[in-house]
Amino acid sequence: MPPPMLSHEVRGVKTRMMRGGAGEPMVFLHGAGGMAPWGAFAETLASRFDLIMPEHPGFGGSDTPASIRNVRDMALYYLDFLDALGGPKVHLAGTSLGGWIAATLAVRNCTQLASLSLLAPAGLRVKGIPSGDNFIWNPEETARNLFHDQTFSEAMLAAQPTPDEQDLLLKNRFMATKLGWEPRWHDPALGRWLHRIKVRTLILWGAEDKLFPAAYAKPWGEGIPGARVEIIPRAGHLLHIEKAGDAADRIVSFAGGRQP
Amino acid sequence: MKFTCFHLMPYRPMDMTERRKHRAAWLVLPNDLYDPELGAQQYESYLDQLTSAEALGFDVIGVNEHHQTAYGMMPAPNLIASALIQRTKTIKIAVLGRALPLTNNPMYIAEEFAMLDTMSRGRMIAGFVRGIGTEYHATGINPAFSHERYQEAHDLIVAAWTKPGPFEFEGEHYNVRYVNLWPKPFQKPHPPIWVPSQGSSETVKWAAAPERKYPFLVTFSSHELVKKYLTAYRDAARGYGYEADGGQLGWAVPVYVGDTDEKAKAEAGYAIETLFNDFLATPWEMLLPPGYMSLPSMQATMRNRGALGMGKRLTADELIANGTAVIGSPKTVREQIQKMRDATGLENLVTMLQFGVLNDELTKRNMERFSAEIMPHFR
Repeated sequence: MPPPMLSHEVRGVKTRMMRGGAGEPMVFLHGAGGMAPWGAFAETLASRFDLIMPEHPGFGGSDTPASIRNVRDMALYYLDFLDALGGPKVHLAGTSLGGWIAATLAVRNCTQLASLSLLAPAGLRVKGIPSGDNFIWNPEETARNLFHDQTFSEAMLAAQPTPDEQDLLLKNRFMATKLGWEPRWHDPALGRWLHRIKVRTLILWGAEDKLFPAAYAKPWGEGIPGARVEIIPRAGHLLHIEKAGDAADRIVSFAGGRQP
Repeated sequence: MKFTCFHLMPYRPMDMTERRKHRAAWLVLPNDLYDPELGAQQYESYLDQLTSAEALGFDVIGVNEHHQTAYGMMPAPNLIASALIQRTKTIKIAVLGRALPLTNNPMYIAEEFAMLDTMSRGRMIAGFVRGIGTEYHATGINPAFSHERYQEAHDLIVAAWTKPGPFEFEGEHYNVRYVNLWPKPFQKPHPPIWVPSQGSSETVKWAAAPERKYPFLVTFSSHELVKKYLTAYRDAARGYGYEADGGQLGWAVPVYVGDTDEKAKAEAGYAIETLFNDFLATPWEMLLPPGYMSLPSMQATMRNRGALGMGKRLTADELIANGTAVIGSPKTVREQIQKMRDATGLENLVTMLQFGVLNDELTKRNMERFSAEIMPHFR
């Protein structure tokens, strides 16, 4: 049962979020496609954690503040967000764009983090191993390239968004463009400062990721002291959908959380 | 009415069978399909065509900027303008336009126009555009900041042309500690600025503002859309409390004048189809990267995507019927132009008399017929 959509405000920026489960708090940051539906991935995490899934500013039903122009701004916004949450340290997780935001936040300030889980994060570039160009993929290519198991692609292609949903998808695409177009899906400075991440970190990657190839996991693992890297076989980019149970189990196993 | 002889300089020797194996003539078309010798021949033909516009009585020669495409061989239109200055005496030369957001230093644009304006003793017209969507893929510039960068680059260039230097320009995207142009433009206060556009409402309002009153050119659109956008400009001007002059209202359109309607279509039909289907058409992911249009405009466009007929091949008959191309006998062409003039009051006609694969001989005859049979009627 998905929890109700909540409205949340931090320093004048109104966003939407979902929150469910109980335990230590875990904040999950979504990718460029927008807030993930509350599915098997969220259910598994919510069985162990107080799971908080905010929708980024600029996406879906959230405000688009002029103050957030890039991922560095977004990361600082999320430090404000964590301050506003108060309470104990949070387990921070993020996929793709959300992983980039989480890592950028952690480079700046880890003091509020209990653990960090990054699922195929954007943010680094490996020279000679180009990322896929999702800005030029057509809808068919997008669906095909985001998943290894093509039954997920078929489902994505079969989905018929309503005009209102289409508007929200476009809004997401606009904000993703603002954040990720240039330099494409990375921050040239980030790799130089990964050693600042002083919290237990898990890197998860799909072996068959066509957006950010699995080879991208290596510099993350080398850059963050003590990071654990796990490659999930027969999986594409959207681990939280294609490998919902497996990915969530690995995060739970790494981050702990309360016993069921 | 003022007449501009405008050119895109397409790569005509295109192997169309190969071209159609790829999704566009832009960005992803392998450049081993380009032959330098044939390219040189294109430039020679096109420079001759544009130079002949002076003797044929045109007011303006127009060139433009596009990147990484067989659609137009002018990534640096100011180089063509410079060659034309040396070959002509009195005709104005319009660069329609430079794509302001695509550069990281708009000072270069200010400097180059100042040089050309001086070398031509004041014959330059400066078109300011944002480039088409595909160019944000070609250059890496973030389309989400396209409008911001356009406005800011415009402000910097106009200030560089008009304000005593040195001064400092403080922007969001552009920061220049010393703005101090040498040379300055020949014309006072600066070369006329024209704004070619496919009609975004933001651009219409901005161009029509009383402190600018920039001539607005609607490019390559159907009769109904040209009418709509020029009316929107006229309405915007009224909203600002003034009446737009006909010279502010422009229409950029491919034109072919034949002996009869049938002959014109037989001579130009395939060429106009190659312009729209083989040279210009791109998938929407390339044409409309997010942010290129404002979010509300883009949302409206995507809701109407089915109605736009994107992705299907356009025929010459359709292009003629909806007024996107004006092709026919002298009488037909005069009537079509008059119809648009009656509907909008436009007095600024930007004709493209070579288009697609149209060859040199037919282009020459087209230009001569246009000069002899069409222009005098509107003078």
